[in-house]
Amino acid sequence: MGLTGLEIFKHLPKTNCKKCGFPTCLAFAMALANGKTSLDNCPDVSDEAKEALSSAAAPPIRLVKVGSGDNVLEMGDETEIFRHDKRFNHPTVVAIAVNDNEDIEAKIDTINGLAFDRVGQHYEVDMVALINASGDAATFKAAAEKAAAKTQKNFTLVTSDVAAMEGALQVLADRKPILYAANKDNYEKMTELAKANSCPLAVKGENLDDLAGLVEKIVALGYRELVLDPGSRDTSKVLADMTQIRRLAVRRKFRPFGYPTMVFTSKDDPQEEMLQAITYVAKYTGLVVLNTTKKELLLPLLSWRANVYTDPQKPVAVEPGAYEIGEVNENSPVYCTTNFSLTYFLVEGDVDATRIPSYIISVDTGGISVLTAYADNKFTAEKITAAIKEYGMEEKVKHRQIVIPGAVAVLKGKLEEESGWEVIVGPRESAGIQKFAKERFA
Amino acid sequence: MAVELLKEKYRSQVREVVLGATKEEGGTRSHTLKVGGESALPFLHFEGTIPNRPLVAMEIWDIVPEEWPASLKSFFEDVYDDPGAWAKKCVEEYGADLIAVRFKSADPDIKDASAEDCIATLKKVLEAVGVPLIVYGCGKAEKDNTIIGPLAEAAEGENLLLGVAEQDNYKSVASAAMAYKHCVIAQSPIDINIAKQLNILIAEMSTPLLDRIVIDPTVAALGYGIEYSYSIMERARFGALQGDRMLAMPTIANVGHEVWSKKESYISEEEQPGWGDQAERSMAWEAATAGALLQAGMDILVMRNPNAVGLIKKLIDDMMKG
Ligand code: B12
Ligand code: SF4
Repeated sequence: MGLTGLEIFKHLPKTNCKKCGFPTCLAFAMALANGKTSLDNCPDVSDEAKEALSSAAAPPIRLVKVGSGDNVLEMGDETEIFRHDKRFNHPTVVAIAVNDNEDIEAKIDTINGLAFDRVGQHYEVDMVALINASGDAATFKAAAEKAAAKTQKNFTLVTSDVAAMEGALQVLADRKPILYAANKDNYEKMTELAKANSCPLAVKGENLDDLAGLVEKIVALGYRELVLDPGSRDTSKVLADMTQIRRLAVRRKFRPFGYPTMVFTSKDDPQEEMLQAITYVAKYTGLVVLNTTKKELLLPLLSWRANVYTDPQKPVAVEPGAYEIGEVNENSPVYCTTNFSLTYFLVEGDVDATRIPSYIISVDTGGISVLTAYADNKFTAEKITAAIKEYGMEEKVKHRQIVIPGAVAVLKGKLEEESGWEVIVGPRESAGIQKFAKERFA
Repeated sequence: MAVELLKEKYRSQVREVVLGATKEEGGTRSHTLKVGGESALPFLHFEGTIPNRPLVAMEIWDIVPEEWPASLKSFFEDVYDDPGAWAKKCVEEYGADLIAVRFKSADPDIKDASAEDCIATLKKVLEAVGVPLIVYGCGKAEKDNTIIGPLAEAAEGENLLLGVAEQDNYKSVASAAMAYKHCVIAQSPIDINIAKQLNILIAEMSTPLLDRIVIDPTVAALGYGIEYSYSIMERARFGALQGDRMLAMPTIANVGHEVWSKKESYISEEEQPGWGDQAERSMAWEAATAGALLQAGMDILVMRNPNAVGLIKKLIDDMMKG
């Protein structure tokens, strides 16, 4: 259980010197209790006090690192229940299960290929969960060798057999995989192994009570690089457990749950499995292991993950300006859009696909989409006209034609009047630009 | 070690709205449906009750949906020139809880169909299926103001869910709902204050309507701004549970409408080789959008692809298990 403000206050210097940025030590203590500041901000706190307050000073959910070198994945360190309060920090790690008795090389090739470019972002499957399905230690080790040779991705090693884990670690220890999992029977040995190889250790409980008890025992052995699996597999139970773990860690500072979480999907049908994962990404899961390698199912999942983990406070924007797509010249078509990153990159992708070198004017709308900006008077005839001038379009091209998004067709008249340019109303969805350009500019 | 669960104590709950009316109740539906009534955040059965499962409505048009990609259109090839048969197929084959009829033909740029034409279609659909209905105009407010009233009158007592009342255009829809005993969709542009304000305006016309409002908070498709809709909904639902009665309405999302115009739903695998099979991807995009919104508290999902509908209904089955 976390400390209360008053409990923290007892350990502070009580000088009210304000160096922490708070008017009084008490105010600082209250803020600390709520996780709104960190103990480091008081320069005068004694070492004894630091020790006593370590639980209050620690973040509610520990930051756990998987992997090594340039290939480190961070998990945990979340501080929120709702994303509208503040950004969620570390996107759910997406892992694909590989059995040690299947065709490892083929499967890993497929997994390596699970990468997508969409709206200026690159999405990838992050991890291989190598499962000791054979139950045989030598097979597991051989599979680890094959897999390690085939991919730079991170690993979770899945076996409750300590000897099999040890064997696979001889191959993969440097890559700092997650060891899955410590349970009530093997936790002492698994903890030793994790410690000796400084690898994160997954802890699998049979339920929340069991999980909390197991975590305490492992922490008592002096290890804290943990990832929690509450053991539930039914979708609504996983939702309930993930919610409790997050709430208890963040709101109650319940230490046994102050670690990132993980879960395996349980549906045989890949589409149903994807929907389970959609739910888990929404609600607090640090790592999800899936079986499917279907691109058409992973693309929506990874897109959803990107959506959930964007910053709710500030829209992602691109620099306003005139962008050159391809080898432009004075006859190149000119498109205009907003500087909301999502909007801009959709348009950029579709203009690029026309293979006709073109300009895109990204008008400064404060990083909001076409209709939002239009409704908020940030995407107006005046603003577009100013952008045409400011970005030197009158020098860059000979013609005087500009394509606007179909959604703001109503701007046509006013924009022609303001700018003196001929306004061409483009399609409503940027995806229509290819066909439109072929008819118009090819 | 026994973990003491953290259960929120909410002060309030979402209002429960009844859709449709049976013969005894003055309509012709075979059954009614209840929506809303939650006293907890989505599917958190441990701290409240979720008395009604979220509903899946399937959307049908009164014209051939030429703009739908072939992979979607093909499901309805045999029926899409007959809205009654189309509705029946959605209910009987695909398990739609409700039917949402969109009167596209009324669009002045399409057929500019009259209120009488639309009424004839509505009657066909009412006869073809027994489930409660949602009625949408063509999406152009001026025209919709001339058809929604007559449609509501022609179906008096059916307790339709009429769309859509907006802040600057709510009177005709709300008064039609009031006069002919229907429910009303109050649509706000992903803005909690506007959602509340609109409900207050509707309540000023008729207080009893408060228990017949379903909020459309406006959603975006996955990958097209859905995170804004998601967070607005989460905030609204949290506010409702904390006692804000003017936000405590069940919600509806036009999932199909958002998803099926987007690139991910129709671009072929040849054109976009990295994205996988178009038919399955588009279906998955709709299902994933709906699945994500369920986690924000959506009560009615208006969808198009039968396979996506099937998947979401299975997900809802799972989520409703306590
Ligand atoms: C997310 C969202 C917001 C977010 C904005 C996030 C952001 N960074 O933009 C927030 C919550 C902040 C917001 C606020 C408001 N919103 Co808003 N919002 C939406 C929503 C749900 C999605 C918008 C989105 O991100 N779309 C995705 C992007 C990529 O789309 P896009 O920019 O339009 O680009 C597409 C096309 O236009 C086209 N395209 C783009 N550029 C170009 C260029 C060319 C040349 C071509 C050919 C095509 C093209 O291709 C793109 C892909 O298809 C829509 C409803 C909806 N489902 O669309 C409402 C919507 C845009 N909002 C609306 C409104 C009214 C508002 C508010 C004014 C409400 C209010 N009073 O509070 C405020 C604005 C105040 C402000 N300063 O923010 C209305 C606009 C109504 C209208 N027709 O004018 C909408 C349509 C909702 C509705 N149905 O009423 N909104
Ligand atoms: S810096 Fe430390 S001693 Fe000074 S007011 Fe803040 S808490 Fe108190």
